[in-house]
Amino acid sequence: MNGVHDMGGMHGFGPVEREEHEPVFHYRWEARTFALRQACGALGKWNIDMARHANERMPPERYLPATYYERWLSGLQRLLLESGLLTPSEVASGESERPAPTGLVAFPPEKVDAAVLTGRNYRVDAPVPAGFAVGAQVIARNINPAGATRLPRYVRGKHGIVDRDHGVFVFPDANAAGLGPKPQHLYSVRFAARELWGADAAPKDCVCLDLWEDYLDPA
Amino acid sequence: MSDHDHDHDESSRFSDVELRVKALASLLVEKGLVNPETLDKLIDTFETRLGPRNGARVVARAWVDPAYRQRLREDASAAIAELGYSGMQGEHMVVVENTPQVHNVVVCTLCSCYPWPVLGLPPVWYKSNAYRSRVVIDPRGVLEEFGLELSRDIEVKVWDSTSEVRYLVLPERPAGTQGMSEEELAALVTRDSMIGTAKL
Repeated sequence: MNGVHDMGGMHGFGPVEREEHEPVFHYRWEARTFALRQACGALGKWNIDMARHANERMPPERYLPATYYERWLSGLQRLLLESGLLTPSEVASGESERPAPTGLVAFPPEKVDAAVLTGRNYRVDAPVPAGFAVGAQVIARNINPAGATRLPRYVRGKHGIVDRDHGVFVFPDANAAGLGPKPQHLYSVRFAARELWGADAAPKDCVCLDLWEDYLDPA
Repeated sequence: MSDHDHDHDESSRFSDVELRVKALASLLVEKGLVNPETLDKLIDTFETRLGPRNGARVVARAWVDPAYRQRLREDASAAIAELGYSGMQGEHMVVVENTPQVHNVVVCTLCSCYPWPVLGLPPVWYKSNAYRSRVVIDPRGVLEEFGLELSRDIEVKVWDSTSEVRYLVLPERPAGTQGMSEEELAALVTRDSMIGTAKL
């Protein structure tokens, strides 16, 4: 979606402010929000692409000033409601009104280590032919999906070069929409800074993005 | 304008959020959807077990062992896993090497993607609107704010983490470090040098 989260190239956000020796979590509610998000995700009612898209759908006038974990909390609430795990009145009152759906088991603490150390495999073992060879000249498509996409606006319609084929991966646009993995090749594509930003950009600089087959046309 | 003092304004800004999180957590626990011990274990893992010291060991190993550096090039995930680091938000690793001609810097403009197994959770600045928006269009301006000025002869490559591939910058080994042990070398490596906002 063309949301404010897609902010590469925007102006006006000011200097990058840094804190020396900042803690991992500034408040206990941040740590809890992080952990709740992971524990709820383990229930299997949504995938990671749906989770990212839930954050993106925060209304823009609230997204921009929100802190990082406020965005996560908003996304988590959206996911819990849309998946049917909670009802709006339960969220409002904080009180359970009905039993949880059967067959759902809370993720146990003894499985946390393995889950964190293993992660998930986003590669798909499928014999999908590659549309582009390394070195191929490509144009990022001018698509403007209303749903989830990982193709930033700043690169659409721009010319780049395929630097690397990462192999066959889950396609997030389809995965987030519940349409399945739609496995396809994922490429690292290099765009000259001047191609993206104009003649004032540094001549030698570039931006590299990971782009799926469905985002690219041959130049 | 940010204010990191825990003064009255900031604590009342978040007191509503605190209550929401507490209510949500107890609701989910009451329904048996979330185990509170799992929450504690997750928090402890990310506060203590994952962090930039992991990535620093990968960097130091690459500096002293050319065969390891080559394995990082060929399959970074496998090479990093040799040191015991793997998993969530680092399943598909790529290491990008700084050279005298090329300086790499990593961002996620769309959210905050970051290589957790080697760097832990990202700092607030990495997730900020300012960094996400500016480093792709004005990397040299951002790096100057970090105190790093690069000559126009150097190529700056910005890596926007749009997929599940996660990027780790391999900084150049600083001069005058011959004869240092791997452990001493690892102690030199900063988190910012592995994101690309600093040189060593």
